[in-house]
Amino acid sequence: MNYSSSAQFTLAARVLHWLMAAMILTMLFIGVGMVASVSERHDWLIRIHKPLGIAILILAVVRLAVRLRHPPPPLPVDLPPLQKVAALASHWLLYALMFAMPLIGWAMLSAGGYPVMLSESLRLPPIFPVSPVAFAVLRHAHAWLAVLLFLTFLAHMSAALYHGLIRRDGVLSSMTGIRLR
Amino acid sequence: MNDPLVPTPSGKPARLTGPALIGRFAVIGAVVAVTVVAFCYVGGWLAPQRLTPARLINQLQANAGVFPGYRRNHAKGVCVTGYFLSSGQAQTYSDAQVFAPGRTPVVGRFAVPAGDPYASDSSVPFRSMALRFALANGQQWRTGMNSMPVFPVTTPQAFYDLLKAQQPDPATGKPDGAKVGAFFASHPEAAAFLGWVKTAKPSASFATEGYLSLNAFVFVDANGVRHPVRWRMQPESTDAAGDAATPSGTDYLDADLTRRLAQGPLRWHLLVTLANPGDPTNDATKAWPSDRRDIDAGTLVLESTQPQESGPCRDINYDPLVLPAGIEASDDPLLPARSAAYATSYLRRTSEEAHLPGTAAALPKPETKL
Repeated sequence: MNYSSSAQFTLAARVLHWLMAAMILTMLFIGVGMVASVSERHDWLIRIHKPLGIAILILAVVRLAVRLRHPPPPLPVDLPPLQKVAALASHWLLYALMFAMPLIGWAMLSAGGYPVMLSESLRLPPIFPVSPVAFAVLRHAHAWLAVLLFLTFLAHMSAALYHGLIRRDGVLSSMTGIRLR
Repeated sequence: MNDPLVPTPSGKPARLTGPALIGRFAVIGAVVAVTVVAFCYVGGWLAPQRLTPARLINQLQANAGVFPGYRRNHAKGVCVTGYFLSSGQAQTYSDAQVFAPGRTPVVGRFAVPAGDPYASDSSVPFRSMALRFALANGQQWRTGMNSMPVFPVTTPQAFYDLLKAQQPDPATGKPDGAKVGAFFASHPEAAAFLGWVKTAKPSASFATEGYLSLNAFVFVDANGVRHPVRWRMQPESTDAAGDAATPSGTDYLDADLTRRLAQGPLRWHLLVTLANPGDPTNDATKAWPSDRRDIDAGTLVLESTQPQESGPCRDINYDPLVLPAGIEASDDPLLPARSAAYATSYLRRTSEEAHLPGTAAALPKPETKL
């Protein structure tokens, strides 16, 4: 047993991480799937997309609070500086996108003059004035940031597997709670 | 981050070398590849034959041309404003707030169902009416209706195939009659539409037309009981209906509307038809038998008109699936396709309004013929 492989994220952080990982990945697939479909899938995927997005936004707030209260375990001391920078930057990018994506989606529907319906009757207030120009900009931003989020997710997943399978330095197990050798 | 760095652990695992290292990198690469392929598959990039909203809109553009800032279909139109005065009679079947007795403000749009905003008013023998009801509870009801009794096809794919068959031949600038004929020969469901369109004439006025939802929807009452319905707007103005003489010129509808509204508001009755058990809700090519019960849900009162380039309807996407609690989509496959395609059209025209890079540049506006 050594420090770096036993240091773990708190249980709250781990639960939030895996729950949100599943939600965000689902959300990315729902997003690209619904805009590429003319079938009934288009309608029911949108009905999931909106409340799921708001759920992610709420969990992101909780998660940021947990993170600020319980700083994550440190990265291994022998991690090359470039990888350390990449690790920190990608984590903050993931946090930024977790907030930005739902907020942009919400603002985009507001700018398009749509009622922001989370269910048959649950409606959120608009957070942006009606404007076709703003709608177009926000709608494109939503799509491009989704691609950025997907790429960041891929980098994050690859790095996690690199730590778990190749470096075997305890970084992956600090989030899984499982020792992989 | 000022995390304290941790000393290198003494019990560090042995370095991987050779095939073991390559094998583990291959595992990581495979996981990434599978994820990317799945993502691209779901997004339609690996299935060029799959019908997507973008392909549907591209085909509309191929047929009619690209007119930046305009809707990709029903491009020529005019805004109208007014209100809906509910009779309260539909409340038994739908608990949507719009059906409680009282007024709901409406922003609507009349249009000529063609892709070219400069098309002649007589280029097609039918008209459309789109409405957005803004309910007091903040919910909305949007509907797009057409002045024809049935839709030509049942599915989005058939609609796409019809558009493809109607694409103008570059040599003649006109659709190839053989292709259109072949399409209808293989689509017997279009018979009712073809039978109607043979004798249909372009009306001289928007005001004298009736407009039908064509697609079925579902009303949900306060007890959660579901009632399949279709609806239509029946005009009170009938003076010129069936008038054999189509006015000369290409832009007579707007002038007629302005002239009529100067004399007073125009009215339609919202008639909601209740389905009998077994009536098809997923097939807009089939009218329901005429003995089905109609409810007069209230009166649409239109008071003023504005040009679509500056009026309040310009930035509204009349997506038929923007529905309030109490009205739901039916299983009609055209509904999600309309919703998806309208969203694509809306994004393209708002992007053009925003002059975003990569969008179609504004064309010089042809001379106004009004």
